Amino acid sequence: MDAIKQNTGTAVNGRKRIMGLLARASGEELQTSWLAIEPRPDVHPVRGPETGLVMVRGRIGGGGDPFNLGETTVSRATVRLGSGEIGHGQLLGNDREKARLAAIFDALYQRPEYRSVVDQLIDAVESRIHAEDRKHAEQTAATRVDFFTMVRGDN
Amino acid sequence: MYVAVKGGEAAIANAHQLLADRRRGDRSLPAISIDQIVAQLGLAVDRVMAEASLYDRELAALAVRQARGDMIEAIFILRAYRTTLPRFGMSVPVDTAKMKIERRISATYKDLPGGQLLGPTFDYTHRLLDPSLLTDEPVAEPLRRTADENSMMRVSDILAGEGLIEGDGQMPEDHVPGDLTREPLEFPLNRDLRLQALARGDEGFLLALAYSTQRGYARTHPFVGEVRIGEVEVELDIPELGFAVSLGPVQVTECQMVNQFQGSAKNPPQFTRGYGLVFGQSERKAMAMSLVDRALRADEFGEDIVAPAQDEEFVISHSDNVQATGFVEHLKLPHYVDFQAELDLVRRMRAEYDARNGVEKNDTIRDAAE
Repeated sequence: MDAIKQNTGTAVNGRKRIMGLLARASGEELQTSWLAIEPRPDVHPVRGPETGLVMVRGRIGGGGDPFNLGETTVSRATVRLGSGEIGHGQLLGNDREKARLAAIFDALYQRPEYRSVVDQLIDAVESRIHAEDRKHAEQTAATRVDFFTMVRGDN
Repeated sequence: MYVAVKGGEAAIANAHQLLADRRRGDRSLPAISIDQIVAQLGLAVDRVMAEASLYDRELAALAVRQARGDMIEAIFILRAYRTTLPRFGMSVPVDTAKMKIERRISATYKDLPGGQLLGPTFDYTHRLLDPSLLTDEPVAEPLRRTADENSMMRVSDILAGEGLIEGDGQMPEDHVPGDLTREPLEFPLNRDLRLQALARGDEGFLLALAYSTQRGYARTHPFVGEVRIGEVEVELDIPELGFAVSLGPVQVTECQMVNQFQGSAKNPPQFTRGYGLVFGQSERKAMAMSLVDRALRADEFGEDIVAPAQDEEFVISHSDNVQATGFVEHLKLPHYVDFQAELDLVRRMRAEYDARNGVEKNDTIRDAAE
């Protein structure tokens, strides 16, 4: 029972990670990977792609109870592969084609024969984001204040 | 008698065409692109997003361009756009403790964990016009230094260890966060709803109110515990999957204002707090918001309500610049009939006044006016 639970937990974390990174993929990254797949599977739209709003919540005082901060645009899509797997794509912004492709890759991830293609895309996106984040963090770190204290003589 | 007047259509159409022409301006200059506005007028874009209460840099930049740089007009356009979109849901509350920090300063602790990170700030610039920006001179790459990988603790958590500061805001159990885009405001408000209104409130109005508290109209003895700017992840629960997934990052500015409090019958002496959270990079707005948030909590702390910044109904009813501009600017629309009625009334009152005071009637001016 625990083993099953753990397995589902890992599967959930895996898919959560994949979906989060697909949301960060650029249109070009998604498009290029999609066109490189041979043979491309049948894809049927289930919902969308469509653009709407998500209310972003903050927390009072940073860690207290939630409040509504403001909305953001979100595009999402749900697709079904010819073989039956359902994929969901959802990301910030207005790019519905990106949402559709993200949904396709989420569905492909559930098919063992496509997993390596998806992993390749995800790894590329992840290393790009890491590099960008690192660059920003290092640029910010260069603006850190190094205080030094002037020792004042006692007499 | 009411007479319907028509005939504005051609004038309106021509005026809009003229507006489009003036917006484009001198055709010998290249048109400004949306990407350029996002990249080079980023803080204008951020203000439009914050006060339109819609996070979307591209659409906010489009609104800025369409409004010819008129911020409130741009905010209005973006607000109007958001009403055309369906609501997919509510995000998991963003975690500002896990923020990817771009700037983080504290005025209360010099050596706080993670340090003081100035980031891309106007502070300490000399505010002298920079002639190099008249031309397109190359700009050097920023310097780099090894970064601390750990997420940075919030300053409020440092003081909390000593028990000398109130906790983060808690609402009663089972409280559903209010949403002013769904239900009309009813005073008094809960703090969550107030924060939503302040987050979209006009920066200038909140700045003036915050300033008034510093000048003595509801003094709150504030210190900037911390200002931090950076990206936080927005996560949404996907009901079909039963877990939350990340939609991507948004940039926010957070301010923790720490206020001295002498204590009351209900509360011991401690530090109290005001909170500010705003879309984009806008520490002036986040700081003003936190000062006004604290001032509006006067009732909670049993403080006398003596100043405008403490008056919830006054502050929140007038903080929305789209509402304000709508009501102020509607005055320029035709009021011909209302004014005729008023004119008749004043004429009658004047005639009675003149009759009482024995002034002779002079009809020539009146005839000319008609």
